[in-house]
Amino acid sequence: MTSKINTYKRFTSIFLLIFSLFIGFSNNLSASEPQEHEVDATHIEADTHGGHEAHEANGPIDISAIALEHVSDSHSWHFWGEGHDAVAAPLPIILKGNNGIAFFMSSEFHHDNEGKVVVEKNGERFVMFEEKIYFANETANEYGQYVTLTAEEKEVSVSNAAPLDFSITKNVAQMFISVFVILWIFISIAKAYKTQGVTSAPKGKQSFFEPLILFVRDDIAKGNIGHGSEKFVPYLLTVFFMILINNVFGMIPIGANLTGNIAFTLVLSVATLIVTNINGNKNYWSHIFLPHAPKAIWPILIPIEVVGILTKPFALMMRLFANMTAGHIIIISLVGLIFVFKTIYIAPVSVAFALFIDVLECLVAFLQAYVFTMLTALFIGSAVADHNEDGAHNSDDKALEAGH
Amino acid sequence: MNLFILASLIEPAVGLIFWTTITFVLLLVLLGKFAWKPILNAIKTREKGIEDALASAENALNDMRELKSNNEKILAEARAERDNLLKEARDTKDAIIAEAKAKSQAEADRIMSSAREQITNEKNAAVAELKNQVATLSIEIAEKILRSELSSDDKQKALVNNLMKDVNLN
Repeated sequence: MTSKINTYKRFTSIFLLIFSLFIGFSNNLSASEPQEHEVDATHIEADTHGGHEAHEANGPIDISAIALEHVSDSHSWHFWGEGHDAVAAPLPIILKGNNGIAFFMSSEFHHDNEGKVVVEKNGERFVMFEEKIYFANETANEYGQYVTLTAEEKEVSVSNAAPLDFSITKNVAQMFISVFVILWIFISIAKAYKTQGVTSAPKGKQSFFEPLILFVRDDIAKGNIGHGSEKFVPYLLTVFFMILINNVFGMIPIGANLTGNIAFTLVLSVATLIVTNINGNKNYWSHIFLPHAPKAIWPILIPIEVVGILTKPFALMMRLFANMTAGHIIIISLVGLIFVFKTIYIAPVSVAFALFIDVLECLVAFLQAYVFTMLTALFIGSAVADHNEDGAHNSDDKALEAGH
Repeated sequence: MNLFILASLIEPAVGLIFWTTITFVLLLVLLGKFAWKPILNAIKTREKGIEDALASAENALNDMRELKSNNEKILAEARAERDNLLKEARDTKDAIIAEAKAKSQAEADRIMSSAREQITNEKNAAVAELKNQVATLSIEIAEKILRSELSSDDKQKALVNNLMKDVNLN
């Protein structure tokens, strides 16, 4: 027990250390451009140019902006290069405006991300500002931007209306690719079982993925759900491999940070929320609405339990998002040290630490897929548990019943 | 600026939610139908096969054990049967020998007794004949002796004298 607490403390302190480092960086970096923070057009101009222009101008580099851009979604698949020399694959943009659906390629914005290039479709005019698409103003402001910018304190906000954006962004594109890869892997494995029969030893892909499949089926599903876990195994397997494959894709340098995107983790955790609650049995609901406690504390307990329905998947969403995003940010921050200190001699340190974090991320890729799936199974297990309060000893009960 | 991007980081994008939902549901259906079902079934079949193979091996072992014990039993029975047969044969032999002995003894006794009887008869006959002959001979000898004794007057007188000497005239 004490060792667990110690480990927990150590993790917390490491997390706090990393977190404070990161916060420290962002504060320092922001502070390195103090004169520009006057609320005027100069500030907006300099700021909206982001890291790229500043870099070219040999000005201070906003590593935190680059890091955040790196982990964010974008409308084109950027490979390398900066600004107008950037090499990027254009992706389809699909917008639901007032006049119906507009469809065009992201290349029509000509790498513009500052609201300067207007694309006209369906009689509507669109501009892109910081990877977000807005309806363009009739006329450009003095910097050639077709968006209305207001700056308060450090925050710049756009007051233009925005269409609903259903674009195939970098994350969506990577998701499609990963889905094809997943389908190819597992359908070919399924075929292998059909052609080679089940008596021969697994080969190739089969021998790598079969233990994972068995792990999900036996340790995650059976271990946490107990009796009747077979029903949930396909869902758990899909979640596990969807997260795992996308985690791995996210680690490839030009890959997208899909599992570190809150929209993606939101959908997965909502799926878990739905699966858990539509399978919730009488015990599950009575545990929430008729808890085994004095009636006097029901007014406190019931709202907590009801909120608990939502907090469990919410924690799932935040955990996966934060873990994957944090890993990416740490790596780019470490590499960014070279540019912050403006010396090559820091490079070995950066590379060594980045390598260490990269290896750690390899572990985290598996770990987070496991944690998400395991907790999903745990929630389902508590929803379908037979008559225990905690739902953890389901299989024991079955054994006991069988024994009687 | 930082907060602006940070806000976009933790603000879920509608488009991505839309596409993720569609993709995830599709993936769930497709994988469920074309991958997990055959894979899980195959694994289950294999596990069942392994279980069955183990069970049948266990059964075969048990059968073997049973067969072995049966064999031993049969062997023991055969041995007992053989011993029995041998014992019976010995008994029969002994019985036959004893019977034969008894029979031959009886025969021998019968032969002996008849022989003895014959011998006795023969002996008696011989003794009778011998007696007859001895009697005849004795008579003849006596006749001859008498003739020779009484062949002259002197001898007759000597005999009378001799006889007279023995007679005591008192």
